[in-house]
Amino acid sequence: MPSESGSNRKPETGTFFQRERTWHPPALTPGYKSSVLRSPQKALLSFDNTLSEIAGPAFGHAMLGELDNDLIHNFARPGESAIGERIIVHGRVLDERGIGVPGVLIEFWQANAGGRYRHKKDGYLAPLDPNFGGCGRTITGEDGGYAFRTVKPGPYPWPNGPNDWRPAHIHFSVFGHGFAQRLITQMYFQGDPLIWKCPIVRGIADKAAIEALTAILDTQATIPMDALAYKFDIVLRGRRSSLFENRPEGN
Amino acid sequence: MAQSLDRLRESASQTAGPYVHIGLTPNFCGISGVYATDLGSTMVSDKTKGERIGLKIRVLDGTGTPLKDALIEIWQADADGLYNSPTEMRGAADPNFFGWGRCPTDMETGVCAFETIKPGRVPFRDGRLMAPHVTLWIVARGINVGLHTRLYFSDEQKANGEDPILARIEHRVRVPTLIAERQGDIYVFDVHLQGEKETVFFDS
Ligand SMILES: [Fe+2]
Repeated sequence: MPSESGSNRKPETGTFFQRERTWHPPALTPGYKSSVLRSPQKALLSFDNTLSEIAGPAFGHAMLGELDNDLIHNFARPGESAIGERIIVHGRVLDERGIGVPGVLIEFWQANAGGRYRHKKDGYLAPLDPNFGGCGRTITGEDGGYAFRTVKPGPYPWPNGPNDWRPAHIHFSVFGHGFAQRLITQMYFQGDPLIWKCPIVRGIADKAAIEALTAILDTQATIPMDALAYKFDIVLRGRRSSLFENRPEGN
Repeated sequence: MAQSLDRLRESASQTAGPYVHIGLTPNFCGISGVYATDLGSTMVSDKTKGERIGLKIRVLDGTGTPLKDALIEIWQADADGLYNSPTEMRGAADPNFFGWGRCPTDMETGVCAFETIKPGRVPFRDGRLMAPHVTLWIVARGINVGLHTRLYFSDEQKANGEDPILARIEHRVRVPTLIAERQGDIYVFDVHLQGEKETVFFDS
């Protein structure tokens, strides 16, 4: 696999800002029942990044297929397209310093417009769309920007409480430049009242952190007579300056 | 009041959920024709330098039941201890080894099987060598923030004894939770999410 970084910038080699664990959901969020037996209970081992965390794989644009960022067409039969509200999702991948992060692989997956996943474990009665697979990917440009086309996913019921519904959402997997930046999260849609009722969302304590996962309608980026647009920026851990590094500790 | 640091905050993590395969290993879950292959499913070719090994990893919940819907990524140095990464400043890594792999747990057995090579030793920040290790990142339904840990090798006792990360583990009885057992060319490793044998997870 080619390992061009997608950037002409000199690579940075500093360690990453510590992760703010209270901003993320804790491992155990009892309202989300699956977390109860899957949440580590002992303290995490903390240490400053070593090379193993500072380095990370780089994916070249060459790996991308032409329709990888077009979920409306990448599973559809020739001449057909997925059913649903046509949308563009676009934004930038930034780090905590506000700097765009180029050359990072973003993968996304979602339910179809009816709220049904193409997965044998999903038995929701909403039908599959024969023209919708539900996965896509892209790599950020020089300024950290990305975009893809899809249909708006439907909300869906899920076995947790007796009557829990997921808000409409798209799952995102993001690589940074260092493996310590690796992140999986979900994007929600502005104005969806289900966001504030969802036990998975409510694992996050800080309202501002939830709002930061909520994409905003962007009427300037719509394609007239074709697709609405939502803007969703993703923030990865920032890197410390390496100006004072590369010396053995204690010197 | 004081000035603002003008920093953003990291996007909060959310679980990968039960359908992570659709996004990360679509061919594995029957979505074919979108990507030719699942990314990270092959790590070595005949040109890759180094000792071929297999890793058999399971992830067990608080009842000891293996997860059947988890996904594991690994990240490791090449046979000479170099990372195939733009951040690697010490030299050029083996161009035939990408160093990163991805594997869903088997839907029946819960086993993740990686075919890779034994990594070389990578220096710690102060120049001491760390023992050969593979970084693990585990996501699944019920896991709110991806879990980061390492796999070390049972036949590297001396190196493990010198490893600065293993040395930081206060309760020495927990060190073996990070050491995979060699069985022929395969290393077997169980990740325990909870309980007496809970794996040491990292915040780094
Ligand atoms: Fe979902």
